[in-house]
Amino acid sequence: MTETELNELRGLNVGRAVISDSGYQATSLALSMYRLAQWLRSPRPYLMLIGFAGFLGFWYLSVEVWKLPRFAEMPGPTQVLREWFSTDPTYGLSIFVEEYYLHIWVSTRRIAIAFFLATAIGVPLGLFLGCCQSFKKNAFPVFELLRPVPPLAWVPLAIVMFRGSETPVIFLTFLASFYATALNTMLGVESIDVSYVRAASCLGAKRWQVFRHVIVPGALPFIFTGLQISVGVAWFSLVAGEMVSGQYGLGYVINTSYTMVRYPTIIIGMVTLGIVGYVTSAAIHFLGDYMMQWRTRELALGGDR
Amino acid sequence: MNSIGATAMRAAAFITGEDFWRGIVAIIGFLLFWEVGSRSEAWFGFAFPWISQIPSPTAVAQEMLRLIQEPSFWVSAYLSTLRVFEGFFAAMLIGIPLGLAMAVSRTFYGITFPVFEVLRPIPPLAWVPASIIFWPTQELSIAFVTFLGAFFTIVINVIGGAQSIDVRYFQAARSMGSSTWDIFRRIILPGVLPSIVVGATVGVGITWAVVVAAEMISGGGSAGSMGGAAGGGLGFFIWNSYVGGSYTQIVAGMIGIGIAGYMSSAILRKVGELMTPWLAED
Amino acid sequence: MSVQPLPAAGPARMPSAHLAVQTPAVRKGGVRIVDAVKIYGAQDAGILAVDHCTFDVPPGEITVIVGPSGCGKTTLLNAIAGFHSLSSGSIHLDDEMLCGRGKLKAEPGPDRIVVFQNGALFPWKTNIDNIAFGPIMQGRMSRAEAYDKARDMMADAGLRGIEQNYPGEISSGVRRRVEIVRALMNNPKILLLDEPYRALDSLTKSVMHEALLEIFYKNRVTIFFITHDLEEAIFLGHRVVIMTTRPCKPKKILDIDIPHPRDYSVLTTKRFREFMDETAAAVHEEAIKAFAAGEKER
Repeated sequence: MTETELNELRGLNVGRAVISDSGYQATSLALSMYRLAQWLRSPRPYLMLIGFAGFLGFWYLSVEVWKLPRFAEMPGPTQVLREWFSTDPTYGLSIFVEEYYLHIWVSTRRIAIAFFLATAIGVPLGLFLGCCQSFKKNAFPVFELLRPVPPLAWVPLAIVMFRGSETPVIFLTFLASFYATALNTMLGVESIDVSYVRAASCLGAKRWQVFRHVIVPGALPFIFTGLQISVGVAWFSLVAGEMVSGQYGLGYVINTSYTMVRYPTIIIGMVTLGIVGYVTSAAIHFLGDYMMQWRTRELALGGDR
Repeated sequence: MNSIGATAMRAAAFITGEDFWRGIVAIIGFLLFWEVGSRSEAWFGFAFPWISQIPSPTAVAQEMLRLIQEPSFWVSAYLSTLRVFEGFFAAMLIGIPLGLAMAVSRTFYGITFPVFEVLRPIPPLAWVPASIIFWPTQELSIAFVTFLGAFFTIVINVIGGAQSIDVRYFQAARSMGSSTWDIFRRIILPGVLPSIVVGATVGVGITWAVVVAAEMISGGGSAGSMGGAAGGGLGFFIWNSYVGGSYTQIVAGMIGIGIAGYMSSAILRKVGELMTPWLAED
Repeated sequence: MSVQPLPAAGPARMPSAHLAVQTPAVRKGGVRIVDAVKIYGAQDAGILAVDHCTFDVPPGEITVIVGPSGCGKTTLLNAIAGFHSLSSGSIHLDDEMLCGRGKLKAEPGPDRIVVFQNGALFPWKTNIDNIAFGPIMQGRMSRAEAYDKARDMMADAGLRGIEQNYPGEISSGVRRRVEIVRALMNNPKILLLDEPYRALDSLTKSVMHEALLEIFYKNRVTIFFITHDLEEAIFLGHRVVIMTTRPCKPKKILDIDIPHPRDYSVLTTKRFREFMDETAAAVHEEAIKAFAAGEKER
C-alpha cells in the first residue's frame, strides 16, 4: 500500500518511514475494503456505468427501436439476453442448457492442453535462448524463420501432418502460444541487469545456481507478460481452428449459429468467449502476482528508486 | 561518411561476421532435417511421425519457382496485402486518436475504457459472422474484422505510451509558456510515437493472421462456407491447395505469407525508425 | 556469535618474514596492480581505458580511487573482481596472481566481493535470504547456521526487524547496508565498492559513511572504494589515489594521516582542509578535461 494509505489507516502524521518498529501491516481484507471505498468515492464507477449504458443503449435503440438500415438484421440486446437466460431457449443454447457448458468445456480443455504444452516447452527454451549465447546463435535464426507464418496458415499442413481432428486444432493453438511464450521469456532473461549475475558469482554461486536463483526469478515478470499474451493468442488461434475444422467448442458454435441462422446465439457465443478469455487472462495475472510477491509489494509502495 | 556507405559497411560486416554464418549453418541444418524427414519413408522404410507427411524442401522450392511465374499467385498476394493495409490503416486512423483522447481526458477514459476492455478478449474471428450480417459486402466484413485485430493492440499501446511520458516534460513546457495545442503537438505526439510504432509492428502481424484466417473461413471451412467463393487472397489459395490435394502448394503458399508478413513488419519498423531518430543508438 | 575485531588503530602490517608462526585466518587482502592496460574493442583501434596503471592497495586499509566519470576506474574494479579481462599487465591478491600473463581474466569469487553502484540485492529474495545466500551457495554452512549468522549480523548492523521484507520495500540507504552485510557474511579478503553511495542524497550519505567506518572498525576487511567525490574519499580513506581522465593512470597518491576512528567532526579540522587544498586542484583539472571530452557514462 502507499505510504499515504498506510498513514491514513493508522491515523498518524505523514512523514514516518514505512518500515516502522511495530512492523504494522494492514490485513488484506481491511486494505481491500479501504480501496473499494475509495473507488466508490471517485467518479470512476459512474463513468463506467455511463459507458456501458451508452454502448448497450446505442445497440438497443439502433436495432430494436429505430431499426436503422444495417442494424435491423442484427439481434438486439433484449433478444440476446432473453435467449441467454431462458430455460427453454428457441435456438438451443442458454445457461440452463447442458450443451452450452459442454462447448465451454471443450474449448477450455483445448486451450489448457495447448497452453500447458506451450509453456512447458516455451519457457525452458526461452531461458536457454536468453542465457546461452551459443545456443541462441544456433537456434534463433530457425526460430525466427518459422515465426512470420500466421497460425491459421498452418491449418492445412496440420491436417495433413496429424491424424484426427482434435490434434490439428491443438497444434495450431500450441504454436501461436509457444512463440509468444518463448520470445517473451528470452527477452526476460536478456533484460536482467548483469549486476545481479555478477553479484551472484561474487558470492560463490556456480552456473547452475546462478540460473536457478537469479535468471529464473529475474525473468519471471517478462515470463508472465508473455503468458498473458500467449493465452490471448491461444484463444485467437483456437477460435479460428474451431471455425475451420472442429466439432464442439465456442468457435464452432459461433460458426454454426451463423449458418443455421440462429443469430442471437452468435452473440451469446461471442460474449461467452469474451468472459472465458478474460477469466483465463485474469487467472494468469493473479498467479503472477502470487508468485512475484516482491513486485506486488514494491509496486504498492510506489518504489523507491 | 554518407549513410548509404555506412549501411553498406555494416551489411558487409554483418555478412562476414560469425553470427551470420552460424545462422546460415543452422538453417541449412534445419532444411536437411526436413528433407530427410520428408523422405524418411522412401529412404529408411519407416516414416517419421509427422514430418514424413510434409513435402520435401526441394519439391517446395520447385513449386515456388513455378508459382512466382504465375500471375494468379501474384493476384492473390496483392489481394491479401491490400486487405491487410486497408484494415491496418483504418485501425491506425481510428485507434490513434481514440487512444490519445483516452490518455488525455480522464473522463473520456472512464467512460470508454471499461467497454473497450470488455470487448477486447473476444477474438477478432469470433466477430466474423456478426460482421457478415452487418456489412453489405463480403470485402467490408473482412475489412472490419481485420480492423478489429489491429485496433485493440494499437489503442492499448497508445494509451500506455502516452501515460508513460514523464510528467516533467509537461511541466517544463508549461513553465516555458507553451499552449495546450503546442504541448499536444510537441510533447504528446513525439512521446507517443515510439509506442505507436511498437503497436503498429505487432498489429500488422495480427492483421496478417486475421486476413489469412478470414480468407480461409470465407473461402471454405468444413463447417460451412460463409457467402460462397470470396475474392481470392493467399489464405484462400492455401485452403484451395489443400482441397485440391497439392501439398507442395500449401507449403509454398505458407512461405509466401511468411515472407509477406515479415516484410510488412520490417517496412513498418524501418518507417518507425525514420520517424523517431532520437531513439537511434549511436 | 560476533566477528572478532583484529587489533585496531593504524594500518595492519604484513607479518615480518622471520616470524614463522602462521597467524590463523587473518584476512590480508592486499592488492597489487602492476602495469595494467585495458583496451576495449579491437586491440589496435579500440578505446584505451586503462593506461599502464600501477599502484598498491594495502591490506586491512581503506583505499579510495577518485576520478571523473568514465575514466576507467570501474574497469579496474571489474578486473580485480573478475568481470573484465585485462589487455596486459597483472593484478595480484596477496601472493596469488589473479590475472596476468597467460590468464587475462580473474575468476569472480567470495574473496573479492563487489557492492554495486545501483545495488544488486536480489529483489525476489527477502533481505535475510539475500544475506544468507553466499554461504549457502558455497556449501560452507547449513541453512540453519547461515540464517542464524545472518540474523546476528543484521542485528549487529542495526538492521533488526526487516529480515522478512523485500529489498523493494526498504529505502536505498538501508538497502546498501544490507548489501554490505551480505558481502561480509562471506569473510571476503577485500570489499570492492563501486560508487555505492552515488545515488543517495548527501544527508543519507553522511550516515552511510559513518556506518561503513563502523563496519570497517569491527571487521578490518580491506576496502577498495571508487568515487568521484573528493570529500568522501579523504574522509573515508587511509589512502587516496587520484586518477586522470580516460585513459586512467594514477595522478597523485596520498596517505591520509588523519587518525582513525574518524567521525564527522573530522570534516572541519585543519588537516582535512589541508588535504582538500592539496588535491582539489588536481581533481578539478581532470574534471575539466573530462567535461571537455564529453564523457558519456559507461
